[in-house]
Amino acid sequence: MIVNFIDYLRDRLQAVIYCCYGVMTFIVIWSMSVDTSHAHTWAEKMIPGFWSLFGLCSCAIVIMVARWFGKGGIMTREDYYDN
Amino acid sequence: MTTSFIHPAFIMILGAVLLPFVRGPFRKPFMFLVPLLTFIDVLYLSGHPGTYGVYQFMDWELTFGRVDRLSMIFGFIMALMAIIGTIYGMHVEDEWQHMAAWFYVAGSLGAIYAADYIVLFLFWEMMAFASTFLIWARKDEEALAAGYRYILVHTFGGVILLLGFVLRYQATGDLSFVQLNVQSPELYTWLIMIGLMLNAAVPPLHSWLPDAYSKATAVGAVFMCAFTTKTAVYTLIRSCSGFDVLIYLGIIMAIYGIIYAIMENDVRKLLGWEIVSQVGYMVTAVGIGSALAVNGACAHAFAHILYKGLLFMGAGAILHATGKQKLTELGGLYKKMPVTLVFMLIGGLAVSGLPLMSGFVSKSMIITAAFEAHLLWAGFALILVSAGTFLAAGLRLPYLLFFSTNNCSEETWEKAQDPSWNMTLAMAIGGFLCIFIGCYLPFLYNMLPNAEIAYHPYGGYHLSETLQIMAFTGLGFFLLRKYVMPKNTISLDLDWFYRKGGRALLWTIKNPLQWFDNAVGKTYKVVGISTLMTTSAFWSWFDWNVIDGIVDGIARCVRAIGRRTALVLQRGQIQQTIYYTVSFAAVILIAYVWL
Repeated sequence: MIVNFIDYLRDRLQAVIYCCYGVMTFIVIWSMSVDTSHAHTWAEKMIPGFWSLFGLCSCAIVIMVARWFGKGGIMTREDYYDN
Repeated sequence: MTTSFIHPAFIMILGAVLLPFVRGPFRKPFMFLVPLLTFIDVLYLSGHPGTYGVYQFMDWELTFGRVDRLSMIFGFIMALMAIIGTIYGMHVEDEWQHMAAWFYVAGSLGAIYAADYIVLFLFWEMMAFASTFLIWARKDEEALAAGYRYILVHTFGGVILLLGFVLRYQATGDLSFVQLNVQSPELYTWLIMIGLMLNAAVPPLHSWLPDAYSKATAVGAVFMCAFTTKTAVYTLIRSCSGFDVLIYLGIIMAIYGIIYAIMENDVRKLLGWEIVSQVGYMVTAVGIGSALAVNGACAHAFAHILYKGLLFMGAGAILHATGKQKLTELGGLYKKMPVTLVFMLIGGLAVSGLPLMSGFVSKSMIITAAFEAHLLWAGFALILVSAGTFLAAGLRLPYLLFFSTNNCSEETWEKAQDPSWNMTLAMAIGGFLCIFIGCYLPFLYNMLPNAEIAYHPYGGYHLSETLQIMAFTGLGFFLLRKYVMPKNTISLDLDWFYRKGGRALLWTIKNPLQWFDNAVGKTYKVVGISTLMTTSAFWSWFDWNVIDGIVDGIARCVRAIGRRTALVLQRGQIQQTIYYTVSFAAVILIAYVWL
């Protein structure tokens, strides 16, 4: 059942991607109507979709730092510690 | 022990000792019964807070059973995890592995209920030694080496802790395991904190964790991911709450862990790095030290044990079935292991803090505590890490394991299948609890130590914040996924210093020191032995010819004088002899009188 469901979604990958875009748009629009009195900083109140931007930037930063770190010599061959 | 107190650790130890004698059809019921009884005991104790098991030993008062709200919540989750872990490992025939796991749980429970440093240290070391056998139980060369590294690092940590509380005892005469004065820390405060934080895998003392957890047996790692670090978090809450330095270390830990998790190719190592990152939240909360932060640390430890246990169970199921744990050797497994996929997704989404999951109601408490303490930088850093966590555990891991390119060999693909009933049941319990805790808040929140603090995670703003972060992290992953594809590499970490340092020491011993030793030996042989022989020959000659010559000469001289005297004085004529004798006596008498 699970496999069939996943296969069903994979067969309609483009539709799934559009659905995800739709959900993201909905979340951003909804976030603009949410009460921001619990916000921690002015930026959260002033920038629409602040956390969307923050999420995207965080993801990019983490990926790029990991990549930079890895290429900087941290990632090495698997037998590095072998005799 | 008093009649009303049976230490939960005692039940686990007794069970472990009896386990080899329980065989055949009784084995599985017995294995279920022992952790269940322990859990019931913990529940009973939770209803009867107080101090139990107090003994006088020499000059010290040892307290085995301090039952308060803090020890209750940790005791509860540890005993619960013991049940889940034991169910997960029921198919394992090797009783030594179960014994090690139960001793390990006993060590954790003993440390949690301990109220003085001696008892804490006793159970602390029990944990370290028992868990080492969970690594060695895998019985390959890598596991053996990792086990040695693990035990050496933990022994070092134990010695630091010992040093700390002995110095404290010398300074204050107090052995009680209570909150330290972190406002004006002494040397012993630092030592105790370092000893405890080594077990929490706080950088720079963290490298043992991904190293050991990735080498342990499938069942062993499920136990290990729950007990060592979270027991350490408990001890840090108990003794170092409000220690500022922990805020900085916790944030570093959270970021460091997630960066390494993104680079990692080994599934269980990746999960190990995730532990480092998530425990970073808890360590930060301990450093903040407010009532909400402490509640957050406890709640997150509770939730973390369940979702991380679930993720390790999923990874263990894959390892158990295929014998592989590298992302570059797996992939596309949803067709063969759909049930495992579902549970790993639940674990991944729980750790990511998706609303209605356990991580959402625990992690957010710590972030809120950071903002309430006006530590904006810490709050934003933790939110950044939560995006990274979703990226690593909620997206990258399931994507690469189950959906992306199938990297499985034919043999691996043939072997891949969902696990046995007991492993599935354990994952189902873990998965259910991950969702239950996220949906029914009183279950977890009523257990928190600072009951007076109210926290409501399901506010509109918080929901909007979390959903935006997760949705756009998902977008980021979709756009940048080619940069996080796994490679056949390992990531160098601070263990480089002791792994390479150990080899450098070995090389130094085998090469320059050995050469020097050989040179000394040869020199001694050439110079020393011949000199000694020559000297000995000389002294032998000297002894024979000089010493013995003098002695023999004197002897010969005395003999010759004696002969001469005898010839002159003893001629056999009695009158002459009497004459000499009387004359000699007269000379002596005159000499005596006149002189």
